Amino acid sequence: MQKRRLHLPHHKVSQASLLRLHHRFRALDRNKKGYLSRMDLQQIGALAVNPLGDRIIESFFPDGSQQVDFPGFVRVLAHFRPVEDEDTETQDPKKPEPLNSRRNKLHYAFQLYDLDRDGKISRHEMLQVLRLMVGVQVTEEQLENIADRTVQEADEDGDGAVSFVEFTKSLEKMDVEQKMSIRILK
Amino acid sequence: MGEVSAGLGALLLELPRDCLGTGTAVALGPPLRTSPEWVRRVMEGAELAGKILSTWLTLVLGFILLPSVFGVSLGISEIYMKILVKTLEWATIRIEKGTPKESILKNSASVGIIQRDESPMEKGLSGLRGRDFELSDVFYFSKKGLEAIVEDEVTQRFSSEELVSWNLLTRTNVNFQYISLRLTMVWVLGVIVRYCVLLPLRVTLAFIGISLLVIGTTLVGQLPDSSLKNWLSELVHLTCCRICVRSLSGTIHYHNKQYRPQKGGICVANHTSPIDVLILTTDGCYAMVGQVHGGLMGIIQRAMVKACPHVWFERSEMKDRHLVTKRLKEHIADKKKLPILIFPEGTCINNTSVMMFKKGSFEIGGTIHPVAIKYNPQFGDAFWNSSKYNMVSYLLRMMTSWAIVCDVWYMPPMTREEGEDAVQFANRVKSAIAIQGGLTELPWDGGLKRAKVKDTLKEEQQKNYSKMIVGNGSVS
Repeated sequence: MQKRRLHLPHHKVSQASLLRLHHRFRALDRNKKGYLSRMDLQQIGALAVNPLGDRIIESFFPDGSQQVDFPGFVRVLAHFRPVEDEDTETQDPKKPEPLNSRRNKLHYAFQLYDLDRDGKISRHEMLQVLRLMVGVQVTEEQLENIADRTVQEADEDGDGAVSFVEFTKSLEKMDVEQKMSIRILK
Repeated sequence: MGEVSAGLGALLLELPRDCLGTGTAVALGPPLRTSPEWVRRVMEGAELAGKILSTWLTLVLGFILLPSVFGVSLGISEIYMKILVKTLEWATIRIEKGTPKESILKNSASVGIIQRDESPMEKGLSGLRGRDFELSDVFYFSKKGLEAIVEDEVTQRFSSEELVSWNLLTRTNVNFQYISLRLTMVWVLGVIVRYCVLLPLRVTLAFIGISLLVIGTTLVGQLPDSSLKNWLSELVHLTCCRICVRSLSGTIHYHNKQYRPQKGGICVANHTSPIDVLILTTDGCYAMVGQVHGGLMGIIQRAMVKACPHVWFERSEMKDRHLVTKRLKEHIADKKKLPILIFPEGTCINNTSVMMFKKGSFEIGGTIHPVAIKYNPQFGDAFWNSSKYNMVSYLLRMMTSWAIVCDVWYMPPMTREEGEDAVQFANRVKSAIAIQGGLTELPWDGGLKRAKVKDTLKEEQQKNYSKMIVGNGSVS
């Protein structure tokens, strides 16, 4: 049982939750390597059948890495920490935003679409992600229609792609904090 | 001639004199008077050890082996169990008094660690709009995906169940810290009792049990086919199984014995460990189905098949499903043959849930007799985590636990109904077993222990989603 205090800045994940996540990390790390590979995550049945499963797994491996260690694991999960009242009150403008802020949650969702990480969701990327989500169930033509419509609705400056600002604007009415939160029971 | 034989006699007696070379007749008196002190000590020690061993064996024979033959119990195990239960209750009370209230974590495996919103896809996706694709759909899927990463109901089934309170075995001491000196002393006593008293006894019994099985079935196999042979074969099987169960200090409660599987049927049960086989065969004879193994298992298999017909397959034959089904059909068609024992999950699960039943066993036809097996984890963890322990270390863990306590429920026979296919029938039987044994029911395949999930399941999810964003037809 790890008793050392893991120093993970910006995450503000409680010590008890960190302990549970560490147990989980060790359980997923079947060969006791000390890190997780893509295959370890693919072994989770409920994740493998998720239409966005591959994109979610990819989000754990930024910058082309092949392994994710425990801090990296927590960093992704910290995006889904529920927003507590104390977070908005003690907001120090000098410190970077906590990972579970509305903006960072939206950024996580944005990155699930932005395949090449260039800061824009092109029509082509939208099409590819849609294809991941529907598999072979929908024709190319129907999918192109959906992709076109979605990009057109969100695109404001007419460059044919959705930037992060446009993405945020189109979802300003959405209760992001509630929809992208996982509450770990005490 | 006499000299040669005398010389040979001297050789055999291993006299420590160098008279062997001379060939002359030697007086074969006791050599103890002139041999060194340590040799005498060793020989005395050996005599003493021999005496202890023979008394030990007589005790074992009298108190355990003979009653096993007649299926009678002398009540020694019951007394042991009573003492054990009282000790564990005392330990639980001490632990509860000792731990401060805040640090009692929720240890029960059935309570999830995250708050789940179990609404189906349709409800989870619809937000402020009609049912077309929206950029925000990704929220629902990413949340579900990350929930699965934090906690999923399958991965936890392939490791041992966490206990609510410690049962004084080191191996289950996951969350519990030092409480008091008295508890530690009891634990040390427990270790001594388990490793120095119980383990040798159990190993002896297991050894005797397996040898008797091999020898007995081989001998019975020599007889011509007759009802006498069947009766003897049953007697040998039952006796050896009872001995082996006692070698694990097993306490088994059989419920609803009137539904015990009959000849010509198929017995189906949930799988937790190889010991399941032992537990079921102690109360009745079954025909086993399985692969031919090498080594000790192979010897046991070959011996058993001499006495009564089991169905052992070569590894190559197992891949041919039609061949397997055909042979099993032939077996149950013969009403005189023993019921077949099958574990449709295909792999060992940790006894908190029942996973998908493979449909192959349910395509054979015939009457299915479901059996539910539930172990009590307080006395010993019976789950075989084959990726963590091999067979030998698993058996050693079994033999150094307190006891193996389990309940076996026989259930009324089931047959496939009209218009029901094998998969639906399999699920029906699975539900019945899960309800009876108090286990949760999971639709997932036990094969997930080793392999990735099948693509067909992902396609189902994709289909559901596609229906929603395209099905309404309003795609501009």
